[in-house]
Amino acid sequence: MRLIAETLACRRSGRRIFSGLSFTLADGDALVVTGRNGAGKSSLLAILAGRLRPESGRLRAEGIGERTIPETLHVVGHRDGLKGALTAQENLAFARDLLGDAAMAPREALARLGLAHAAGLPVGYLSAGQRRRVALARLLVCRRPLWLLDEPTAALDAASQAMLAGLMREHLAAGGLVVAATHQALGLDDARRLSIEAYRPARPSPDAAAEDWA
Amino acid sequence: MTRAFLAVLARDLRLAGRIGGSGALGLVFFLMIVVMVPFALGPDLNLLSRIGPAILWLAAVLATLIGLDRLFQADEEDGSLDLIAGTPAPLELVVVAKVVAHWLTTGLPLALAAPVFGLLVALTPTAMAATSLTLLVGTPALTFIGAAGAALTASIRRGGLILAVVVLPLMIPTLIFGVSATEAAGGGTVPFATPLMILAALSLVAAVTGTLAAAAALRWGE
Repeated sequence: MRLIAETLACRRSGRRIFSGLSFTLADGDALVVTGRNGAGKSSLLAILAGRLRPESGRLRAEGIGERTIPETLHVVGHRDGLKGALTAQENLAFARDLLGDAAMAPREALARLGLAHAAGLPVGYLSAGQRRRVALARLLVCRRPLWLLDEPTAALDAASQAMLAGLMREHLAAGGLVVAATHQALGLDDARRLSIEAYRPARPSPDAAAEDWA
Repeated sequence: MTRAFLAVLARDLRLAGRIGGSGALGLVFFLMIVVMVPFALGPDLNLLSRIGPAILWLAAVLATLIGLDRLFQADEEDGSLDLIAGTPAPLELVVVAKVVAHWLTTGLPLALAAPVFGLLVALTPTAMAATSLTLLVGTPALTFIGAAGAALTASIRRGGLILAVVVLPLMIPTLIFGVSATEAAGGGTVPFATPLMILAALSLVAAVTGTLAAAAALRWGE
């Protein structure tokens, strides 16, 4: 698939956070979005995921047939979408049935992320890093071309970070797309970089805030 | 699409049964209200059996509100709604699955337990059967109306009270016809079937409008 963003602009709580942001991603491309806290990395990912409407600009995809963009992507972010009362395996089986495109069995995916022993434990009992790995296992349970990762390395130890880098490289080699917002090196050598601060409006327009309160 | 529906239904039923789920809570709350009434009114059996159906119905309305505020809020907080946004199935179908799961764990137990709790307010066997039947037909309306309110208040902290204020007035027609159908069963000028049919119609209308309204509210919240 090809993901094409054309002059995207985003406004949150009356404040313009970025504008004129364009990029094109083709099969096997990775995009690393950087920027200081509050620069709009998560907002950009929310726009890509279809959870937030851009103020202006357009987002489209080619080569995905009848599907919409949200049906072709995985999101792993701060809110991991896991139910603490369900076991890791149940959470993954639910994601597989909900999203379709089943690929790997939940137990296999957990083993791949080094969590085979925790498959039958309620997610609420797991540590932050283990929870993050269960959420990442979702990437393997359903096959979807576009991965949106918001701070994917948060709470992960060095070994898990290396494993995540391996998963992403495999996904890219198989023709997948990755968009990751992060502060840390992800281990993707040929990834394109996008500093979101470059798209910050030159100065906050005083009338923009005024019209919001009008 | 059926797969996604069954997945959401099975997950919500499972969650209701686990720790922190509201599985049996609605039923216990229902019992508490019904038990309190005879203590407040005194042991006048004639009075109790006359207002018994109304008490059971009021208790059912209040018990339905238990857990309703968490129907979408819990999914909004932990990011499950973001996950659900990526399903190929329409959002309306997910809403129906969640509402059906909530009704199976709240409305259905209320209807089944009503005859037993009817003993506490001195109902006749006919009135017990009638209350049970009207609750079975009428509680889906309560749950679907409540779901629309739950979707509206999903992203509001402490939205439970706002939910009750928004939703209770909309439940009045269901309450009126539920109680009048139960009373018609015990004799009266109106045949039992008339208010029961209207009650069934209310449930069907609520199933359609509640589903569409809840899905629209969830989309709008994005």
